Amino acid sequence: MIAGLALYLVLVAPPIAAWLERTMAGHMLLQVPLLALAGGLVARGILGRHGAGLAGFNAAGIAGLLVAVFVAAVWMLPRTLDAALRDPLVEAAKFTSVPLLIGAPLALSWPLLPPVARAFVWANVISHAAVLGWLYRAAPDRLCARYLFDQQATVGAVLLIIAAVLLFALASYAIAGSPWQGRTVATAPIELAHPPFGDIREEEPRIQA
Amino acid sequence: MRLRATLAGLAVAAAGVGALATVTDGFRTATTDGAWRLAVAARPQPLPDVTLVDQTGATFLLSDLRGRPLLVAFFYTNCPAICGLLVSQFQLALDALLERPGGREVRLLSISFDTARDNVAALADYAERLGADGRTWRVARVADPAKLEALLDAFGVVVLPDGAGGFVHNAAIYRVDAEGTLTRVYDPDAVDRAIADLAG
Repeated sequence: MIAGLALYLVLVAPPIAAWLERTMAGHMLLQVPLLALAGGLVARGILGRHGAGLAGFNAAGIAGLLVAVFVAAVWMLPRTLDAALRDPLVEAAKFTSVPLLIGAPLALSWPLLPPVARAFVWANVISHAAVLGWLYRAAPDRLCARYLFDQQATVGAVLLIIAAVLLFALASYAIAGSPWQGRTVATAPIELAHPPFGDIREEEPRIQA
Repeated sequence: MRLRATLAGLAVAAAGVGALATVTDGFRTATTDGAWRLAVAARPQPLPDVTLVDQTGATFLLSDLRGRPLLVAFFYTNCPAICGLLVSQFQLALDALLERPGGREVRLLSISFDTARDNVAALADYAERLGADGRTWRVARVADPAKLEALLDAFGVVVLPDGAGGFVHNAAIYRVDAEGTLTRVYDPDAVDRAIADLAG
């Protein structure tokens, strides 16, 4: 929680905000995700690391995940990034909604998500990063009026790298977590601090009386 | 429990789709330029009355051009990229207008935003090279650089220094009606559409 608050205070400091917003990649792929991370850390500090079902309204974490996905979609639009640079009110909306409506609901919902939902999220993150990266690199026009053309291509390249790294991490995890794990040294299970699908091995069949 | 989660999920999805529809003008645009085009088409925008200097050194007010349809494009004379397209479009427009009955009524105005370098001599040289006749097609800049930003804002033009002494800017052809109001924003290669609309 302290780490989240500290991160938020750093991000909201005008020189840091201005520095991150100088480039499109810094704005879209660093500032926004870090603001979400700050919100997530604070939410987890307040409500614990086991998620929050919110009296059933966030059962299985679906409602919280949807809040985060839709708000993230809004802040990934070229138009809203432009508006945040131009209009202090939109900038303030970004600094409040990203931690509160992306980071916090994600942190409170992720532990509740069934493994299949987490896999769905990761698969979508990877495919969207790859497709968006390709689009940003290939687009003949500038999408953000307030960023230069080469910055758009950089965002595309970074998105492609993110997609490749996530794909590699996910593939490694899938192999390490496969039924053949432990048979050879090369495929020994790797303990991840935050496994992408949660720790599936903890899932015991629940027998209801 | 399951009912609550389902209702909450549906409510969030509905609100989310609504929010996305709002910020994309009904899923029609994701960019600032696209949104501006839709806004201008829906509600014509007033323009500030600034003093301009043309390639002959003559000063005039933007409002002096009222009474006739006007097409405007922004450029700078050292532009290596998109301005060339705008110029060729205005050359096409000039030819088309001079041949068209009533076409001589229309005015073309290229406005430079490089107030540091584009003085009258640079504008005159540019106009001569490109065939801007000074009557139907004038090449100009703001007389007072302090008024430039308000003019660019009113037209929705964003100009960024490119770090190499030039500028990056969004390019479009702007239609101003006889009352001096910005009524349409066209793609930079769509002068034929702009002229067809003027005739209509």
